[in-house]
Amino acid sequence: MSTQQAEPESQEAPEDPEMKGTQSPQERRLDDKDDGMVDEHAEKKAELEGETVLIKVFRYDPEVEGKQEPRFDDFHVPFEKGMTVLDAVMYARDEYDSSLTFRHSCRQAVCGSDAFFVNGRQRLGCKTQISDLEQPVRIEPLPHQEVVKDLVVDMDHFYDQMHTVEPYFQDEDTPATDDLEEQRQSPKNREKIKMSSRCIWCGACMSSCNIAAGDNEYLGPAAINKAYKFAMDDREGEEIKEHRLRILEQEHGVWRCQTQFSCTEVCPKDIPLTEHIQELKREAVKKNLKFW
Amino acid sequence: MYEHDVIVVGAGGAGLRAAIAAHEAGADVAMVSKLHPVRSHTGAAEGGINAALQEGDDWELHAYDTMKGSDYLADAPAVEALAQNSPEETINLEHWGMPFSREDDGRVSQRPFGGLSYPRTTYAGAETGHHLLHTMYEQVVKRGIQVYDEWYVMDLATTDEPDPNDRECHGVVAYDVQSGKIEGFKANNGVVLATGGPGQAFDHTTNAVSCTGDGHAMAYRAGAPLEDMEFIQFHPTSLPSTGVLISEGVRGEGGILYNSEGERFMFEHGYANNSGELASRDVVARAELTEVNEGRGVDDEYVHLDMRHLGEERIMDRLENILHLAEDFEGVDGLVEPMPVKPGQHYAMGGIEVDENGESCVNGLYAAGECACVSVHGGNRLGGNALPELIVFGKRAGRHAAGDDLGEPEIRTGYGDDVEDETDTELPVAPGEAGLDTSGSVAADGGVTADAEGILERTVESARERVDHLMEKDDGVQHAEIRAKLQKAMTDYVNVFRTEEGVKKALKAIRECRQEFQDVYVDDPSRTFNTDLQQTIETRNLIDVAETIALGALVRNEFRGAHWRQENQIRDDENWLKHTLISWDDGEPSIFYRPVILEGENKTYEPKERSY
Repeated sequence: MSTQQAEPESQEAPEDPEMKGTQSPQERRLDDKDDGMVDEHAEKKAELEGETVLIKVFRYDPEVEGKQEPRFDDFHVPFEKGMTVLDAVMYARDEYDSSLTFRHSCRQAVCGSDAFFVNGRQRLGCKTQISDLEQPVRIEPLPHQEVVKDLVVDMDHFYDQMHTVEPYFQDEDTPATDDLEEQRQSPKNREKIKMSSRCIWCGACMSSCNIAAGDNEYLGPAAINKAYKFAMDDREGEEIKEHRLRILEQEHGVWRCQTQFSCTEVCPKDIPLTEHIQELKREAVKKNLKFW
Repeated sequence: MYEHDVIVVGAGGAGLRAAIAAHEAGADVAMVSKLHPVRSHTGAAEGGINAALQEGDDWELHAYDTMKGSDYLADAPAVEALAQNSPEETINLEHWGMPFSREDDGRVSQRPFGGLSYPRTTYAGAETGHHLLHTMYEQVVKRGIQVYDEWYVMDLATTDEPDPNDRECHGVVAYDVQSGKIEGFKANNGVVLATGGPGQAFDHTTNAVSCTGDGHAMAYRAGAPLEDMEFIQFHPTSLPSTGVLISEGVRGEGGILYNSEGERFMFEHGYANNSGELASRDVVARAELTEVNEGRGVDDEYVHLDMRHLGEERIMDRLENILHLAEDFEGVDGLVEPMPVKPGQHYAMGGIEVDENGESCVNGLYAAGECACVSVHGGNRLGGNALPELIVFGKRAGRHAAGDDLGEPEIRTGYGDDVEDETDTELPVAPGEAGLDTSGSVAADGGVTADAEGILERTVESARERVDHLMEKDDGVQHAEIRAKLQKAMTDYVNVFRTEEGVKKALKAIRECRQEFQDVYVDDPSRTFNTDLQQTIETRNLIDVAETIALGALVRNEFRGAHWRQENQIRDDENWLKHTLISWDDGEPSIFYRPVILEGENKTYEPKERSY
């Protein structure tokens, strides 16, 4: 089952990001994120001190009577300063209902286990402050993925797409390891791939993408970004880059992206996914011009 | 039943490296992990990989620094293997595409780290572990190595000869978290445990929720001793509210620690007159707590780590991740204000006793990474030495398990004629399962059945019975309650500063946890993704592991490395140049000691005063 149907692909594509003046969409987004947040934040925090927070959590279990029909359970969780969505569901589980199920591990936004749909948006549970959210807080599994149980979704399709882009470094001319000779890479080129290399495979982007929802074979933002990391790395040769672009150019590759920026908006690691996809489109065009 | 040549349990850095090495040695290898590989806690490592790569640096200097950092409780053959092999393994990662930070000439960057005589910590921003983990997982995908992810390994299938040195490990029993199905995994050549640390034994830890010492506990119950468990590293810079780690890289780049009086206490109060903030981690952690205890802590709880003077450009270039962590988890902007930090449980120097080929005294049972104790870190691990351990000893364990000849190890394992029994210390309560009704026990039990398949089937059967018992019982105690009590006792009494009285209190509390666990039940009736069940089994593992930490802390009446004892605040080389070993002995733990090996390839590491 899935919690949400694909929405029609109706949004208009924005213009090419490079045409938009000095601010990249990434910068704009980060600015938006900060706008008005601080004051509001402080106010909310003061309000919540010593209070309880109501969280409404999606429940479903295919084999337990009463949970086979999806429902929402209410939990009243005592608020503590700095409490995150993950802290709140952990509290609910440990104190109220040990069957409440969700993935989590590192608690510090690096393992990528706890992407949930919180108040209608894909967010990492461990990185989302309760005090930043409207109450009650509604916590659901990631949309557009099969729900296994409660907040746990089936990630197999996501992993399959990641594997499709040959997500490993390829180079025929790697020097012998015992020479202790590294491949040289300029700090500039390292900087170029930096953001793409931050992906933690949480699946928030894929879940937010209307195209991926409508086209199951679409590689999706995470996999394309993974390919970007290798394609833009000067340590891989030109031939391999062309090979990568051929994979990305296929019917369900980069050209399916309609630059809606939903992936970029939800990425908890602030990766400019849409920009990376756009850049790969341009690279693909350049290559094709060369082939002709 | 599944069958492979080599089964690797855990898919973090050590497990991935072991699997790749076993695959390259021609073995049919499979990884079984309770998490998908990219979720592993290696990904949270920030600082870097120590490797003597540059002109002017030398593996012998790295070995010397490591031995000194260990407070002379590491075994020289292990330390030298680490220092000699780390450069090659680090470059190997670069060849696999790992995005290291770079110098202007295009070479990989290295930075200073605590306790190092040369800036040899190779890094990729402040997210080195993330890149190491993903780079190695990419190589596993490339090679098509089979990964059983979200399969939780519950037990080892091991023969049960009276002497663990005669036992053999034939595989593991695991349950599929998604379906609840319990199956055997037969390992024709060997099982490599790479299950990470036991940080969840404490309640203020930088470790992930998944770091529950599963491998430690399984190997221990199968007969492999746990070594030097009392040596727990408390990282000096964790965020007070969550335990999230702030990398030593901040201090490596020039970050400064201040107390509430605004004093740079590492110098001004004489804790480390030469190295200051970059003294060894145990030294800095004790200094911080001393400041707090003497009333110079901020909010009576923590100290300040200031990196503002480094400037935005340098911070963004090398420590950007730290800004995000401080903002997201403590609400502090590291560019405009100092960050609150306090010591948090971070790393276990001890672990499953193995030799330099990664093998324990149980034939075919290997361990690598944080769950293992080779011993490289001795009494205290240097920053930047955990990641090279994963790749160097992960590889060795994988190769050896696959049948490659790595030569005879110099390090001995198991009970033998070179050990000395512990006879003096009085325990406040009996450890282990003495006096408890252990029907439905979790000890590895292959029984008398001789063949591997029979042993595996029997272990599967007992695992199924145990799960059925936990699931069918409909009232009693829940694991969360027991776990919280255990974590609190460990944090209260087996922390940075330890006293005999405190540690004894901890042992009593652990005993109570063990008794309460007799009555534990799983409330969630579902076989689908039952994390209640998984955490219940993890809690049992934590009890066993926490007990060995407290036992070690009680018997070692001296101050060495990260282990400080109030009653004897000196390093007692005359009596304590030896490893603590704790053996399960079918539920009635015994303690013995093995001398440390200080003779290296070209020299002997004579214990010297450790000042920074």
